[in-house]
Amino acid sequence: MATSEQTIGSSDTRGNGINLALWAILVLFVLTAPAYIYTVFAMQLLCFALFACAFNLLLGFTGLLSFGHAAFFGAAAYLAGHAIKVWGLPPLVGILFGTTVAAVLGYVIGWLAIRRQGIYFAMITLALAQIIYFFGLQLPFTGGENGLQGIPRGHLFGFLDLNQPLVIYYFVAAIFLIGFFIIYRTIHSPFGQVLKSIRENEPRALSLGYNVNRFKLIAFIISAALSGLAGATKSVVFQFASLTDLHWQTSGEVILMTLLGGLGTIFGPVVGAVTVVSLQHELSSLGSWVQVVIGAIFIVCVLVFRRGIIGELARLLKTSSM
Amino acid sequence: MDVMMRLILAQGMLGLNNGVFYAMLSLGLAVIFGMLNVVNFAHGALYMLGAFVALILSSYLGPWIGLDALHIGFWPALIITPIVVGCFGMLIERTMLRWLYKFDPIYGLLLTFGIALVLQGVFSNYFNSAGTPYPAQPESLRGVVHLGFMVFPKYRLFAILFSIVVCFLTWYVIERTRLGATLRAGVENPELVQAFGINVPRMITLTFGFGTGLAGLAGVLAAPIYSVSPLMGADIIIIVFAVVVIGGMGSILGAITAGLALGLIEGITKVFYAPAANTVIFFLMVVVLLIRPAGLFGRQN
Repeated sequence: MATSEQTIGSSDTRGNGINLALWAILVLFVLTAPAYIYTVFAMQLLCFALFACAFNLLLGFTGLLSFGHAAFFGAAAYLAGHAIKVWGLPPLVGILFGTTVAAVLGYVIGWLAIRRQGIYFAMITLALAQIIYFFGLQLPFTGGENGLQGIPRGHLFGFLDLNQPLVIYYFVAAIFLIGFFIIYRTIHSPFGQVLKSIRENEPRALSLGYNVNRFKLIAFIISAALSGLAGATKSVVFQFASLTDLHWQTSGEVILMTLLGGLGTIFGPVVGAVTVVSLQHELSSLGSWVQVVIGAIFIVCVLVFRRGIIGELARLLKTSSM
Repeated sequence: MDVMMRLILAQGMLGLNNGVFYAMLSLGLAVIFGMLNVVNFAHGALYMLGAFVALILSSYLGPWIGLDALHIGFWPALIITPIVVGCFGMLIERTMLRWLYKFDPIYGLLLTFGIALVLQGVFSNYFNSAGTPYPAQPESLRGVVHLGFMVFPKYRLFAILFSIVVCFLTWYVIERTRLGATLRAGVENPELVQAFGINVPRMITLTFGFGTGLAGLAGVLAAPIYSVSPLMGADIIIIVFAVVVIGGMGSILGAITAGLALGLIEGITKVFYAPAANTVIFFLMVVVLLIRPAGLFGRQN
């Protein structure tokens, strides 16, 4: 992608300071959110923030635009829900099961899609995700148009009742923070550096002897698995999985969250997800005008705001560690 | 002829009917991609816009401007709509797309995705998402023709033949005329073509207008067959993307052939296993990716 992440002559200590401050704000927000936000809404924010961060690992840090990430989010939501509701698995095991399914699906879809690059990659992921959508519509266990309803929240570790709002909130918060930390570590590992080099100049990464396709595939699987983690958690929170989770518009929304927050920034997708989900919440009375607003934000972002909120902030503060 | 064969031919004809729309849309996408290096995600939405322009011309325009008796029928709509949609396309190119050529092509895709959402959202607000029937199907094309193996609506046969003619005319103009040669030269080397005194930015605008006009034309043709719905574009564009991946965007003829063939295959699939009809094109895309990743007619690069 065109967004390069250059250090603009700033000292590392200042960058580290800003980074630490943002971590502090994020953790503080996650821990105290129930005090001032309705808990179900706060959990929705966290699930979509994790989804957007997982997506950003692929688009922002590897330069691959997947237009089919709803497949992982939704497939994990359905299968975690099914495992918990029908097979009677405990919630955490169900969520991990959904995540595993998303990872396997990520392996298959990623393996097929990395055969082509750029916009073809986007079109292929979109088409493959559409297969998953039709599975969601037609397979016998998914409930078709109605979706999978009445997923029980159950008890965590057998004794923590997830029907208690605060208990489930901190459960979701823990999942979010763990997922976010995994992404943070991935980006800052040697593996993450190779991903960035692929984003900046794929032929050069190849000529330096990196097996580019293998790196892309692993990034795709990590991204798919964490998107699945977000989707599976969402289905436990809301107690249902629906076709919306699998729909291409959801794939589009996660792109918007990432773009609006700042492609290739660490905290941007969180800001983007909070903005988009809050906006949808505020505008929900307007019916399909919401879609017009989302589309208009897309247009504005692409035309004049390609760095996104955090990206612009990082430019103002002359740092790359946001 | 046995029953099975009849069934296959009948579903094949209906499939071919979808196929001509896939062909027209993937043709437009290929023309635009060739010239602008942009994948137009709004192509489906412009197809929908075309159908709505036809519907509005026939049923709503008259009452809006106070002439209740005014109903602009199918034939005038067949000419007016592609012009309206093409002009809308040129407006998009002039005001928005043009600023993105120097960036990664992904931004063009994202911009047109945003445009598609806006168009779909606006029409969803004013029109029923279940669809509105198009009332002005021409009298001369009502009724059916006997094809030997089935009775086929006259209008659908017209739509198939008309679309195929339009597709091959486009192919002819681009591959066999001087105008087309200039276009292709503009793709290869814009600076050189500009040096010959040809206004390349205007050529790009007109090409985008032509490609989107084709989408609008497909929309008018589709209006009497499928009911006019705000979601009709979103449903078709993802299939057309798969068609484009299968055919390869490098070739005009490839786009047309892939569109027709895949429509046919989709139709015939209905005979053997109906639930797979929705996904068969996507699975074929998977097969093509495995054996010929560049697409059937694409050039390996």
